[in-house]
Amino acid sequence: MHPATSVILFNTFSGLGFGLLFWLGLGALVPTGLGAFIWFTIAYLLAVGGLIASTFHLGHPERALKAFSQWKTSWLSREGVCAVFALLVMAIYGAGLVFAETRLAFVGIIGGLASLGVVFTTSMIYTQMKTVPRWRHWTTPAMYLLLSVGGGALLSNQKTMAAVLLGIAGLLQVYAWMGGDVRLAQSGTTMATATGLGHIGKVRAFEPPHTGTNYLMREFIHQVGRKHAQQLRVITLVLGFALPVLLLLFFFNNHVVAAIAVLSHIAGVLCLRWLFFAQAEHVVGLYYGKR
Amino acid sequence: MTQLPPPSTKKLGLVIDLDTCVGCHACVISCKGWNTENYGAPLSDQDPYGADPSGTFLNRVHSYEVQPEQGAAQLIHFPKSCLHCEDAPCVTVCPTGASYKRSEDGIVLVNESDCIGCGLCAWACPYGARELDAKEGVMKKCTLCVDRIYNENLPEEDRQPACVRTCPAGARHFGDLGDETSDVSILVAERGGFDLMPEQGTKPVNKYLPPRPKDVMPEFDVLAPYLEPIASDGKGFVGWLDKALSALPGGAK
Repeated sequence: MHPATSVILFNTFSGLGFGLLFWLGLGALVPTGLGAFIWFTIAYLLAVGGLIASTFHLGHPERALKAFSQWKTSWLSREGVCAVFALLVMAIYGAGLVFAETRLAFVGIIGGLASLGVVFTTSMIYTQMKTVPRWRHWTTPAMYLLLSVGGGALLSNQKTMAAVLLGIAGLLQVYAWMGGDVRLAQSGTTMATATGLGHIGKVRAFEPPHTGTNYLMREFIHQVGRKHAQQLRVITLVLGFALPVLLLLFFFNNHVVAAIAVLSHIAGVLCLRWLFFAQAEHVVGLYYGKR
Repeated sequence: MTQLPPPSTKKLGLVIDLDTCVGCHACVISCKGWNTENYGAPLSDQDPYGADPSGTFLNRVHSYEVQPEQGAAQLIHFPKSCLHCEDAPCVTVCPTGASYKRSEDGIVLVNESDCIGCGLCAWACPYGARELDAKEGVMKKCTLCVDRIYNENLPEEDRQPACVRTCPAGARHFGDLGDETSDVSILVAERGGFDLMPEQGTKPVNKYLPPRPKDVMPEFDVLAPYLEPIASDGKGFVGWLDKALSALPGGAK
């Protein structure tokens, strides 16, 4: 799959923002007044900024409102509905803390869970794709949720919680990569089933339909970028998980270290998300003899 | 609505004969010609006369080489367009309801004025049947020439998809695959028509007819054994030459 910058930014920053909103809503930290204003501003900038970034890859962003209509079948539509709901509820909760210094606990819990719901519905957009066997696995939503709550815990200065969640996330990511690498082969979809010619013999793509490239090849076949995948995986693990966890456990005593841990985590997750798309093989590539 | 309608009794679709297709791409051209000036947004091209041409097509012809365990390789031309699946994954993922399957005849269409160009339907399609037009920013796909097949302004023989109408080899057939007695259904039954990627569970309406088995030329040349070109038991000068050449570095043993 083509790793579109707008979608990578959306997944990374909105995940972090909704993770922070989750912890704020649950009351893991209860800032009031100006402090609450700053915390909620950070969370909303991340969550909403990511959502806005995601509209940049649309052909017609001006029609985005129509996307709220098909929640019965479409995970993308559900994500939109869930995001608006979570942001509205958390705005009420935030307003209570900022202006009235009152914690509306019930509203916060609803908003916090809805924030997690946004991340889950996002992950299901990818997990539902039967055409991309690498994504179609429980580890996809699990990683989205873990990264979101782990990153949120890191941002909200919960040392132990962040270290535990990011540690688990790092291990689960290794497991997801190992399983993902063989899932296309396990899916049973091959050039033989794609063409239905396997009963005659070994199928090889002889000539593509056109001498040039096309939308399908640009969007779904991304072989070049996979060259450095192994190095990027190591970088992801070090920056996204190992370094923040080490900093949390041994050096987390001032804002500079905290900032380094957060920035390192963000860089790692950006790398992870790039790999998530660049390494995903869409079965349509089989028609072109590519993965 | 992007909820799939209950299965229609009428299932309009194509039957493509891989035995007969000669790979001329006439269906590709007639499809682009008709659909760029009729239903919906035109099918744009980018840099069509330059170094990196690219464009939107609703039908593309691949060519595959199939190597049997014994005998010569076969070249099979493989036209591919929307299969108008009964369980179309491209319809249910659409967030706006732009992508829909008609309840009356099963044709899968895009309402372009509702399409936000998110591309998710193309992600969900295993066949590469949908292409986002780079200029219009909306999803384009085969309409089964819905603006021809019911068009009473056209002569009756033209009321079929442009690709079918133009195919010089008769490799493309259009009809109701929901009707077991239709010509196309009989063709599928007789020739063993099959689905593409059945394991994806999309239940395509379009069927493909496999290439017929190749016959094998019988060996009937009585002189052939006498004309065996390589002497395996050379004697005299030829025998000496064979051994001498074989003894040279790199010589054949």
